[in-house]
Amino acid sequence: MSARLAAAIAGLALFAASPKAMAQGQEFDVIERGHVLATVGDCVACHTAPGGKPFSGGLKIETPFGIIASPNITPDMDTGIGRWTDAEFVRAMHEGIGRNGEHLYPAFPYPYYTKVTTSDVLAIRAWLATIPAVRNEVVSNQLPFPFSIRADLIGWNGLNFKEGRFVPSAAKPAVWNRGAYLVEGLGHCGACHTEKNVIGGDKSDRALLGGTLGGWFAPNIGGDMRRGVGGWSNEQIVAYLKTGHNDVAAASGPMADVVTQSTSRMAPADLQAIAVYLRDQPPPQDEPTAKPDDVVMKTGGRVYATQCAACHTQPGSGVNGLFPTLAHAPNIQSINPTTLIRAVLQGAKSVATDPAPTGAAMPAFDWKLSDEQVAAALTYVRWSWGNSAPSVTSSQVADIRKALRKEGD
Amino acid sequence: MALKRRELLSSTIAAVFAVTTAACATTVTGALPWTASAADPPKPVTPGGWLYFTPEEAGVVEVFVDHLIPPDPKTPGARDAGVAVYIDRQLAGPYGSSAGLYMRPPFADGSPQQGAQSALTPAARYRVALAALDQHCRQRFAGKSYRDIPADQQVDLIRQMEKGSLVLANANARAFFEVILKNTQEGFFADPIYGGNRDMVGWKMIGFPGAIYDYRDWVGRHNERYPNPPVGIGGSTI
Amino acid sequence: MARILPATDVVVIGLGWTGSILAHEMCEAGLRVVAIERGPWRDTATDFPTTYAQDELRYHIRHDLFLRPAQETVTMRNNTSQNALPMRTWGSFMPPNGVGGGGVHWNGQTWRFLPSDFRLRSHLTERYGAKAIPEDMTIQDWGVTYEELEPHYDRFEYLCGTSGKAGNLAGKTQPGGNPFEGARSREYPTPPQQQPYAPTLFAKAALEAGCHPFPQPSSNLSQPYTNTLGMKLGPCTYCGFCEWFGCGNYSKASPQTTVLPSLVRKLNFEARTQCEVIRINKDASGKQATGVTYVDTAGEEWEQPADLVILCAFQMFNVRLLLESGIGKPYDPATNEGVIGRNFSYQTTSGVDAFFENKNFNPFVASGAVGMIIDDYNGDNFDHSGLGFVGGGYMGAGMTNGRPIEGLRTPPGTPAWGADWKRAVTDNYPSSYGFAAHGSCYSYRGNAMDLDPTYIDRFGRKLLRMTFDFHDNELKMSQYLTDRLAEIVQKMGPKQVVKHPRTGPYNSSVYQTTHLCGGAVMGTDPKTSALNRYLQSWDVSNLFVMGATAFPQNAGYNPTNTVGALAYWAAQAIRTQYLKNPGPLVPV
Repeated sequence: MSARLAAAIAGLALFAASPKAMAQGQEFDVIERGHVLATVGDCVACHTAPGGKPFSGGLKIETPFGIIASPNITPDMDTGIGRWTDAEFVRAMHEGIGRNGEHLYPAFPYPYYTKVTTSDVLAIRAWLATIPAVRNEVVSNQLPFPFSIRADLIGWNGLNFKEGRFVPSAAKPAVWNRGAYLVEGLGHCGACHTEKNVIGGDKSDRALLGGTLGGWFAPNIGGDMRRGVGGWSNEQIVAYLKTGHNDVAAASGPMADVVTQSTSRMAPADLQAIAVYLRDQPPPQDEPTAKPDDVVMKTGGRVYATQCAACHTQPGSGVNGLFPTLAHAPNIQSINPTTLIRAVLQGAKSVATDPAPTGAAMPAFDWKLSDEQVAAALTYVRWSWGNSAPSVTSSQVADIRKALRKEGD
Repeated sequence: MALKRRELLSSTIAAVFAVTTAACATTVTGALPWTASAADPPKPVTPGGWLYFTPEEAGVVEVFVDHLIPPDPKTPGARDAGVAVYIDRQLAGPYGSSAGLYMRPPFADGSPQQGAQSALTPAARYRVALAALDQHCRQRFAGKSYRDIPADQQVDLIRQMEKGSLVLANANARAFFEVILKNTQEGFFADPIYGGNRDMVGWKMIGFPGAIYDYRDWVGRHNERYPNPPVGIGGSTI
Repeated sequence: MARILPATDVVVIGLGWTGSILAHEMCEAGLRVVAIERGPWRDTATDFPTTYAQDELRYHIRHDLFLRPAQETVTMRNNTSQNALPMRTWGSFMPPNGVGGGGVHWNGQTWRFLPSDFRLRSHLTERYGAKAIPEDMTIQDWGVTYEELEPHYDRFEYLCGTSGKAGNLAGKTQPGGNPFEGARSREYPTPPQQQPYAPTLFAKAALEAGCHPFPQPSSNLSQPYTNTLGMKLGPCTYCGFCEWFGCGNYSKASPQTTVLPSLVRKLNFEARTQCEVIRINKDASGKQATGVTYVDTAGEEWEQPADLVILCAFQMFNVRLLLESGIGKPYDPATNEGVIGRNFSYQTTSGVDAFFENKNFNPFVASGAVGMIIDDYNGDNFDHSGLGFVGGGYMGAGMTNGRPIEGLRTPPGTPAWGADWKRAVTDNYPSSYGFAAHGSCYSYRGNAMDLDPTYIDRFGRKLLRMTFDFHDNELKMSQYLTDRLAEIVQKMGPKQVVKHPRTGPYNSSVYQTTHLCGGAVMGTDPKTSALNRYLQSWDVSNLFVMGATAFPQNAGYNPTNTVGALAYWAAQAIRTQYLKNPGPLVPV
């Protein structure tokens, strides 16, 4: 009771001090749409520091240039975006240009947001104006020279950025175009799932074929039957995005956060549209993979039978909603095994959502299995039951083990 | 390892009652706590010298346990299975000091139904009993230690301890026999990570597959011997 | 002085099976719930993962998951003429510790009690006359009927995903199930587990003996299952590390696999672990609880005010907290008056070992509750006229483990060590088998709990004292059950059968079972029960006490399913009656 009273008094004081805070959007439907769109964009993920207030910024993001801290996008007048005009907000989203005309670092995914319609951007803006203002000063630019010179970004943009709104394909149905708009625009799926060039721009010919980021490999989510989601039904993709789980796979690692904050809260029709679009992405020419060494397969088989089968089962079928299927699983057959090695070494926690609350976890094997054993077990699962993917080497495991140890310190 | 893990866990869990602050307790709310690489696995025994026993004590224990589980042509005895090492490491650890047990006085003798009531920790019991056994042997066998008397006399002494007929100065011979027999069987059949059951000889002897966690294929295979070799908890034995 | 925390609606003491269920139910009712647990937080992949859960030394021999006696133990004596002495290490039973409680390390046997068990005194009096009940036997009716509990049994089984075969669907006997059980409203959630070799042979022999074998109801699941809260459970893999161990692959029903993931998502729920409740506080009238006082790991005392207190600790700790808090009149065996500590009971287990030739049972291919059982000699399923005892138990071939430190069986006459022992162990490991009978234990005037005058805990508080022995009725029953079991085992063609009936006196140092019951029992009369039929304290109406503490006597079954059913029964009473009109649900 008294706490509520105190909050009410504090609220009054705030209004008294800054009348501008009352200048909020009045259009319920616009605000509501902005909320839905901000959820698709998962703004909260980057604009919230661990333990911080939502949208108040301060999350440190690694980029090829160094570390950038995400800004405060709450309506706070001094430390947030409370003084921004709508036009300034639209320019930031579409052109990657800040309030004072400075170039924003592309950790902010404006190369995707440029595709979002102005009306949607304004809806997001309208909703952001309704959230609680948080006073939190963030120094975004913590880069070393010469990357601290924002003018460099003009060159970067020239190479990696094409300004312009999404153009629907007349040849495709509306649902496909909706999916494309979400994936290529606000969803910015490629920010993780597309390989980057040395300066952090998307390799456009490798769109959605998987990318490495922050010690994880975000898998191929294109239409590839083996390594992408081409072999999944629309329903499987929708269930995965909505609940974090489907009958064969579970979201963990960074994707768990995406599911929690974003996709689990999205409209089923939008998820369906995303599924349609992703499955229609053309698969690349598959790289033939060499059959692993027999001795490695034998070692791997023994490790698998004694360490893995109690959950994932001997035939690699897993258990629906609990333990991921390994046979024919796209992420298991990713060319890049980073995430798999990581999961075996440090364990993994699948996401818990209201429809799938269990959130089962895999134990860590780093204390138990040698680099050779991890490599052999992964090579075994990547070449059993019809799977085919490059062998995992013990030096790959050793490198990731070392990186994780550093991360843990 | 365990400590580090708990620290990590607590850092991921929101402390909720901020106003009244810092109770030394973990508050869980919102989501199940989970931390990468969280595990509290057993620590493999370190090879090398004795941690608790003196070399003299260790020599006696090795001989003693090798009578309790003697070698045969197929399976080594307790000594070669590492049982003395196992017991040494156990006595040097929490078991040896009765950690976690109720050790408040008064210590009174009770009925057998009331369970062990001794104030002696296992480590102290070994120390006292081994010294008393040594003294007994030196008196009875012209200054020789237990390890130096003929094997049949070593066995005979164990029989007397088992029966309760051997009286040792300042030590309960029967109680010592019970504890060393129990520890010997533990060491012979516990996971090799603890120092005994070397090369899983105890498990191989009886056909126990060890740390296997999945026998689904075997439930329905009635009266058929399971053929696969055993596995230990430590990954090196896979 | 305790520091006072902001008030909450409900405080739950102990986050095991009943604590998890009650906390979840109270959250669903919209109440703010704080659960206080003295042990650590525990979860599958971080605390008992498949990578090291299968460690017999650590978990079975060294008791890793259990309460440390240094934190709290109990003193024990067989009768009032003895001096009680502390259990310095655990023996005949294993008190749980930590989140999940006994649900983490149970075997998963998921039995319902018989309809006649709930009105035991009435039933036996009606059938055999009042004289059939020994004078010092203090058995009582429960105040709740099987029919009333049936929907709640059903709820708990569907929470767990229990694997089994119904023997009685709405009064109609079903082939393959237990024909003696009370009527079920529907089939088990999942079909029975696959049976290993020995149980299959036992079932055949039992059938030949004219008995009615059926698969033991098991909460080690036969197949994947999604429970009523959306929780996923996997199929049991028969690893043989069930009782005393946590399940590494989400296939044993536990609070961790069935309730907690849903519970922690509730915004009105909070768990505080490693906090030990030392007292339930009362107002000046003594008729209302005002909350609890607990101690954190720094030794700091905190007072958590609450409108409703639900005591969900293990049986003996419930009794101790009631005594410590001065709630209910302590029981005095001399006068047979008082209710706290009264009707303390246990379980009368016995066994038959058999040694076979040319059989290989692969004893390590096992699960906590797989097995073939007969119920022909349980409760009052058979005519007790002229037998000289009442009660009974189930019996059969379970297949819980082949762990070598505990599980080595040698024929009588084998030395305890040396070459002959080694040979006997090697020869008999795959081909010997331990069959079990699991008998009732009725309550008596002499079997009771109170506070010990001598021994104290780390806070200087008196330990609980148990006074317990098996009585002639139970010992005769055990002999009878063991004889019947041996007759059936004999039909399996072993070369040697060894009977191990339960004999007195009760020995607290040898493991039997953790089924401690009673001490604050439910009933219809405040003079002979601490709780009314809704598990509400007769004395303090905003206090409910869960668990086997409420059993007036123990039946011939494992208690967990009945504990779960009573938890849901009480939760329903709180939600539908108490919250609308807080106060006694049964007029005193």
